[in-house]
Amino acid sequence: MLKPAAIVGQALLYGAFAAFIGYFASAPKYRQIAEDVALIKLSISHLGERDCRKRTPDELAKLPPNMRAPMDCPRERSDIKLEVDIDGQPALRTVLHPTGLYKDGISTVYKRFEVKAGKHRLAVRMNDKLTRPNFNFVKEAEIDLAPARVLVIDFNPDQGGLFFK
Amino acid sequence: MTRPATSRQGAKRLWSRVEEAFDAPFGGADNPLRHLGAFGLYMLWIVVGSGLYLYAVLDTGIDAVYRSIGELSPWSVGGLLRSLHRYAADAFMLAMLLHLLREWCLGRYHGFRRYSWLTGIPLIWLAFLAGIGGYWLVWDQLAQLSAIASTELLDWLPLFSEPAARNFLSPASLSDRLFTALVLIHIGVPLLLILGLWAHVHRIAHVDYLPSRRVMLATLAALLLLALWQPARSNPPANLATIPGAIGFDWFILFIHPLTDFTSPALVWSLLFGATALLLALPLLPRPTAPPVAVVDPANCSGCDRCLADCPYAAIDMTPHPVRLGLRLAVVDADLCAACGICAGACPSSTPFRRQETLRTGIDMPQQPVDALRRQLEDELARLRRCADSVRVVVFACARGADADTLAAADTAVIPLLCAGLLPPAFIEYALRGGADGVLLGACRAGGCEFRLGERWLAERIAGQRQPGLRRGVPVARLQLTHAAAGDADAPTLALADFRSRLNHRAAALDKPPPYSRKAAHHA
Repeated sequence: MLKPAAIVGQALLYGAFAAFIGYFASAPKYRQIAEDVALIKLSISHLGERDCRKRTPDELAKLPPNMRAPMDCPRERSDIKLEVDIDGQPALRTVLHPTGLYKDGISTVYKRFEVKAGKHRLAVRMNDKLTRPNFNFVKEAEIDLAPARVLVIDFNPDQGGLFFK
Repeated sequence: MTRPATSRQGAKRLWSRVEEAFDAPFGGADNPLRHLGAFGLYMLWIVVGSGLYLYAVLDTGIDAVYRSIGELSPWSVGGLLRSLHRYAADAFMLAMLLHLLREWCLGRYHGFRRYSWLTGIPLIWLAFLAGIGGYWLVWDQLAQLSAIASTELLDWLPLFSEPAARNFLSPASLSDRLFTALVLIHIGVPLLLILGLWAHVHRIAHVDYLPSRRVMLATLAALLLLALWQPARSNPPANLATIPGAIGFDWFILFIHPLTDFTSPALVWSLLFGATALLLALPLLPRPTAPPVAVVDPANCSGCDRCLADCPYAAIDMTPHPVRLGLRLAVVDADLCAACGICAGACPSSTPFRRQETLRTGIDMPQQPVDALRRQLEDELARLRRCADSVRVVVFACARGADADTLAAADTAVIPLLCAGLLPPAFIEYALRGGADGVLLGACRAGGCEFRLGERWLAERIAGQRQPGLRRGVPVARLQLTHAAAGDADAPTLALADFRSRLNHRAAALDKPPPYSRKAAHHA
């Protein structure tokens, strides 16, 4: 038979246990970013172009008739050069490398930029074939970000290349 | 002693003090700190049971998961089960980490415990994986935060060709199938966890799969009251176009997200892998030489199974006896043997009344053979008999419990034991018939035996609930079992004083068993 003191002690300790579990199961509250901040997410997955070369008539003639493809395309994909400016200031300058043992996979990037909520000038430039001197995809826009808003910079060639959503 | 060893000794003392303090209101058998493994398992069963209901009501679909769980009224049966599911999961995490801390403090990761230690480490990963995945299923803002933070953390490792976080880039990235997959993962990982738990304990005998009934009822009542007082609720629904503001946060399971935000994925992964590697390496650290394990003497082993039944670590197996046809023979697995001697205490051949000059038993401990124990007892009884005017007491005390050596005196003989469970009950009768007026047994506190079951088996043997027991006719009033931990410095002295006082008030020699001298006896 438990003594009264033991019963009280157990009740207190089980109560403390429940209170401990109950408190830290939902408190203190957590805020990941400040109230007046918005987030720009850059997330691009893209296959760089291949550095194809047109075969000469002599080269084509030397090939078996069923293999006379006019273009000679290596398996490797090009690196991708990417630049992001926020309000005219460089936020990212990077070169994405293709994945895979033979460098024939996709190139990816995923970055977060926390910015103050409000208007910003956003510019993104991408070149997916580095033998080409200029950026072949450019997107610039004035954006107005509400607090806690997430803006995504993505790339889809079917949607015209770079886009903000 | 090395610095880490000194730190662990300090931690052991501190943990033992806390555990012993909890004994005051709970007692050893109901002290949750002494049964953290069983307590954690009980929490897991509550999680599994309540989870089955939630699985039945959960609709998989981007909006449906939020609606189907969020619509559960907090005070309905479903709402209560949801709250129990959350709080029991948190309690499981807490119990698991305390269990890990306790076993480390007590140095229980070497030798025969290495297997349990090593199989326990992956379970921590599985538990957190299951817990974090569970939060995603509600698909509220907390789920959104956790899903994005988890995938961003995973993307730091070179695992995926495309960032996993792209799955949560915008509302359009999500599909209903994702939640079907999440449900399957949330069921599969706990199943793996249960399988891992089976492996974790399968080398242990007499496993406490559940804590005592009193602990179960009290814990369930505490969690139910908590569920009524503060029901688990969903945060606002997830919206991938915005970042959640300040939200209620489960720090037991999701603490890794703030940790990543305040540090970096590199540091968090280094901490996780580093801590795991350190825990896995602990059993490889230098340690004192392992004591000799139990040895079977085929000539004296009758294959009775009692050692098999009592061994706390399933270190004994039975095989056909190589010489005595029809009989079996105990075999000791040296890797599993804890060298506690509980098997020697269980062996019916360990009775000191046997006439052999050298007492050989079926299973024995090289560091404290029963023959040496009998010789020591006979020497002490001879010494006590010279003290005719006093109450003569023999103390058999576990060397790992409270220090009883200080009790040694002209009228008190102290015989330390590897474990209280090593003592064959016949030694008590032998001491009383050899001239002792009383026998004081010093065991560890309930639930505090270094070898798990020593104090329990001893108590059951002298109560006649377990073989070998005390023979009928042994006056139990001349016997006292006392429980004390290593830190209970005064307990043996107080127990002896109390016992002496009781013996002094007994009518002299009225209930004393007939004297016995092995040297003069004509029978075995």
